[in-house]
Amino acid sequence: MGSIITLSIVQSALELGFIYALVALALFISFSILNIADLSTDGCFTLGCAVCATVTLAGHPVLALLAAMAAGMCSGFVTAFLQTKMGIQSILAGIIVNTGLYTINIAVMGFASNVNLFNCKSIFTWAKESIGGTWYKLIVAAGIVVLAGIVISFFLNTRLGLSIRATGDNPDMVRASSINTGLMITIGLCVSNALTALSGGLLAQYQKSCDINLGTGMVTIALASLIIGESILGKGSMIKRVLGVMFGSCLYRFIVAVALRLNVPAECLKLVSALIVAIAIALPYLKKQSAFYQQKRKAKAKNQEYIEEIKAEIATKEGGKA
Amino acid sequence: MAEKNMLIMKHVTKTFNPGTVNEKCALKDVNLTLKEGDFATIVGSNGAGKSTLFNAITGTFFADKGLIMLDGEDITYQKEHVRSKVIGHLFQDPLKGTAPHMTIEENMALAYLRTTTSKNAYFSRIKSADKKKFREQLALLDMGLEDRMKQPVGLLSGGQRQALTLLMATMVTPKILLLDEHTAALDPATAEKVLDLTKRIVAERNITCLMVTHNMHQALELGNRTLMMDAGNIVLDIAGEERKQMTVDHLLEQFAVHAGKELDNDRILFSKVEEK
Repeated sequence: MGSIITLSIVQSALELGFIYALVALALFISFSILNIADLSTDGCFTLGCAVCATVTLAGHPVLALLAAMAAGMCSGFVTAFLQTKMGIQSILAGIIVNTGLYTINIAVMGFASNVNLFNCKSIFTWAKESIGGTWYKLIVAAGIVVLAGIVISFFLNTRLGLSIRATGDNPDMVRASSINTGLMITIGLCVSNALTALSGGLLAQYQKSCDINLGTGMVTIALASLIIGESILGKGSMIKRVLGVMFGSCLYRFIVAVALRLNVPAECLKLVSALIVAIAIALPYLKKQSAFYQQKRKAKAKNQEYIEEIKAEIATKEGGKA
Repeated sequence: MAEKNMLIMKHVTKTFNPGTVNEKCALKDVNLTLKEGDFATIVGSNGAGKSTLFNAITGTFFADKGLIMLDGEDITYQKEHVRSKVIGHLFQDPLKGTAPHMTIEENMALAYLRTTTSKNAYFSRIKSADKKKFREQLALLDMGLEDRMKQPVGLLSGGQRQALTLLMATMVTPKILLLDEHTAALDPATAEKVLDLTKRIVAERNITCLMVTHNMHQALELGNRTLMMDAGNIVLDIAGEERKQMTVDHLLEQFAVHAGKELDNDRILFSKVEEK
């Protein structure tokens, strides 16, 4: 094991795991709670990355993260607006916004397809100076995600949070109890897209660059993290579910890191991701199936005894007749 | 008596799918006035417009023509979520009134949300005083739900969910309570219990109430008025002495007279056979 998993691999897997956990948290809100498949996630992630990179380049690393969140919020608002006010189906609304964002993202980066942030101040360089050592990146990433997790799990237990959860759970009931479902969807998508963009922004500062294709497949990866977390930690209180999402994200990065370590070529990474997602989603079902087969096998042995008993009964009756 | 009119419907008309082969006139020039504290039962054949009448009041759709006033306020074009602040609505399907993946406590907190008016209350959490209040109200149901407040509502039986929905719909006294066959999907014993609870709550707080039923005895015994609907119209509206004298057979005759045909509702006919 030692040769495959080194400390630095664990470290970088955790760093990326925490950064991408924010997207998984975003999908937790839109997909698990609001029951909306928000396909604008890919574009929104790149939007956060692009906005953050541009503002960081101008010399304001903290403001850059806030700007990324604000941009994400706007994107979420547009997606929600198309759904709730324009009567466009949620999946279509996501795709439309995602397509539009491509142009916007390029424009944000000054009509270039990538931006480099070498020698720029970022919250990671700032952490390096003030914390030092080799763990500073992890501390920053984990700190931000834990903070976001606490805020989200607190928020989801407020009355507004309860209303948002009920909107995804039973819209009929929500309308009948005087809650504006359109408003709840809008707030939910704004919060979730702000998280997606924050994740993109953090990644821009982490890897000191931004690329227009950065967000491709992000929705699949985040979904995988979400489902890994939910199938391992299960569903329970909000805090438990939020922790599950973070755990799932780190585990996913870990699997990818091991795959890379096993000399899987980088070009194959998307295929590996897709496989992990498929397995993660299928796992709960397979678990159920194997439990059923075990039950069937046990029952078969027992039922065979019953069949023998019945046969014996018939035999004694027939013996009596004869 | 200086009783005030709680609900006034004037010439309310609704046509679904106008201009197509599926055109259906669900409400035809409906006029209805309910006084405060009125408890009216509604009977009628399938597709007579009973649920459509309720949906027009709750604002699931807007009426094509006509006026709807609730407690002196014109709500004809008020949005559904705005008017539902003061309307309680129970459906036949017990699953419709509660959020299955949220706990009993959280569901009740949602219903309780109607009481709060100030904006910052949206960020408040369930207080222990609220929990105590929820517990007391659940204890009144006598279903043991007060000890299961942390459990998701999806684990409850249909009857328990319907009782909880009733509690939630009346947590803030509504101006009007609409009961759309709310006991029809429950087993007889549970239906009885939910109905008793309904009677008690409505009587205690003098709630104006409309109730759809397919049980002709219930239609005549419960409340103080009986309405009969057919083809989007209220064809019969009886109260007082006339209602007291009315028998189930007579009611069916009346229906034949007003609608010009026999009552074609399987469940009503079944219930008639059962009770004979």
